[in-house]
Amino acid sequence: MIEKPPAKSLALRKDLQLIADMIEPNCRVLDIGCGEGELLHQLAETKGVDARGIELSQAGVNLCVSQGLSVVQGDADSDLINYPDNSFDVVILSQTIQATQKPRAVLEQLLRIGDKVIISIPNFGYWRVRLQLLFNGTMPVTRNLQESWYDTPNIHFCTIRDFEHLCDALKVNIKKEIAIDSRGHTMAVSSWRPLMNLFGEKAVFVLTKKNT
Amino acid sequence: MVKTAEAGGKRPKVSAKEAPAFSSRVIKFGEDEPLKLDCGEEIAPLEIAYQTYGTLNRDRSNAIYICHALTGDQHVASDHPATKRPGWWTLMVGPGKPIDTNRYFVICANVVGGCMGTTGPSTLNPKTGKPHGIELPVITIADMVRAQAMLLDKLEIPDLFCVIGGSMGGMQVLQWAVDYPSRVFTAVPIATAAKHSSQNIAFHEVGRQAIVADNDWLGGEYLNHDTNPRKGLAVARMAAHITYLSDGALQRKFGRNLQDRDVITYGFDADFQVESYLRYQGSTFVDRFDANSYLYMTRAMDYFDLAGDHGGVLANAFSGTTTRFCIVSFTSDWLFPTEGNREIVHALNAVAADVSFVEIETDHGHDSFLLETTEMFATISGFLTAAARRRGLD
Repeated sequence: MIEKPPAKSLALRKDLQLIADMIEPNCRVLDIGCGEGELLHQLAETKGVDARGIELSQAGVNLCVSQGLSVVQGDADSDLINYPDNSFDVVILSQTIQATQKPRAVLEQLLRIGDKVIISIPNFGYWRVRLQLLFNGTMPVTRNLQESWYDTPNIHFCTIRDFEHLCDALKVNIKKEIAIDSRGHTMAVSSWRPLMNLFGEKAVFVLTKKNT
Repeated sequence: MVKTAEAGGKRPKVSAKEAPAFSSRVIKFGEDEPLKLDCGEEIAPLEIAYQTYGTLNRDRSNAIYICHALTGDQHVASDHPATKRPGWWTLMVGPGKPIDTNRYFVICANVVGGCMGTTGPSTLNPKTGKPHGIELPVITIADMVRAQAMLLDKLEIPDLFCVIGGSMGGMQVLQWAVDYPSRVFTAVPIATAAKHSSQNIAFHEVGRQAIVADNDWLGGEYLNHDTNPRKGLAVARMAAHITYLSDGALQRKFGRNLQDRDVITYGFDADFQVESYLRYQGSTFVDRFDANSYLYMTRAMDYFDLAGDHGGVLANAFSGTTTRFCIVSFTSDWLFPTEGNREIVHALNAVAADVSFVEIETDHGHDSFLLETTEMFATISGFLTAAARRRGLD
């Protein structure tokens, strides 16, 4: 779905590294859409994390398991219901929610399963995306969103602001919100929000339930 | 009691004449150590025939128990004494193999009710001096596992690094994890299910009826009359063998090819290669398997229903488990399809168990777990290596 570096490499994609840095040592983590297990591998190796994963692609799953990672083949839309409430300290959904059938239901499941949810999204409000639609009149194809509209698995795009609206609707606490620009630099929440939504190519949110 | 050094897989030094039946080691349990069965009865005395490979380490922490399938036996990685053919899992088990006998101590025993040296319908009942026949109480998967736990007690192996097996072996793996959670560090059930499906019970019933319909079965007493329901057992095997393969594999291997002829004969001889192949499978099977054992093994699988034993909720069977699971299924396996394996995964997810699940693409059907399957080997090797590190086996 999303291009990822080889699993053995400990140099993670920028947004994955950002996520890795937010994880406390020795906690229990579920990475949904774990790809070839780069993040899980790093968390297990460097932080002693009890790292589990779900991945849609069978090839990705097999590669993960053959590296000794605990990963099952499954689908964020249909398989999260099997997990008990609060069974993980952190649940991660990286660059995947836009590819789910029911993003809202998936987010609710994430919040049910995990004490903390870390979610990263490709930002459809990014200026290059806006310009392509505005001036070319075509669906945007960018470095971060490489497939044409007829090939893309990404069926539910949103902007940073859209995602904030969903969090409001679900009464979720946004504990942290970071945008990443095209050069991989982070823009903290203190930045002017419309700028984040314009210059952020991706965004990472840390969410908790309202009552915690 | 087996000393560490002795347990290194060498067979006892006995001359050929004195060699115990089937050249396996046999442990005997006396009248005072009965095997308690699910049906309420007991088996005593009891004999368990087993093989070992590799060396038990000083901590006794590197033992892997292999559970064999319906028609398998303890000869996992050494030649079969009757057929002289290599063991049934030599691709998986041996020095440098995924189950590396340079690292792990591997144990496999013939299941209770089997016919390769462990007490079963064909072994002598010391009380009557005759074979047990179908007087032997019906055995369940849980009974088999209970007997295996008794064997481990005798071998003074407190817990297992891994329990692994496919098909009926996979059922035993699940039962191990449920009944002896603290004795199972990792569990690898392959191509199996938490319950036998209606279709699978139906296939088994065809096999059993073929056996009992054979006039030579004699109400199960054939061994007392020096006969054998060969035809019935062969038909049972032929029907079952089809379920172990796949439409695609049969088509690729045989198609509609004719056997030693250029044209069809308008008769009922084996015109097609696939017929000849099945007849051969049936006829060789009867040379190594006991018909009554076949009844007992198939019945044990039919009765298997882990959820049924736990209030109808499979997850309840695994609640609190600390065992690490690796579940493997095959795309073309229609006898134990991926869906049934996934049910186990979902139940384990529901108790937040540590589980890996791999579905492997192959057209070899249910028998895939016995074959050269690079992806399965990579999966199991990687899973075991990571688990061994956690257990400090490096």
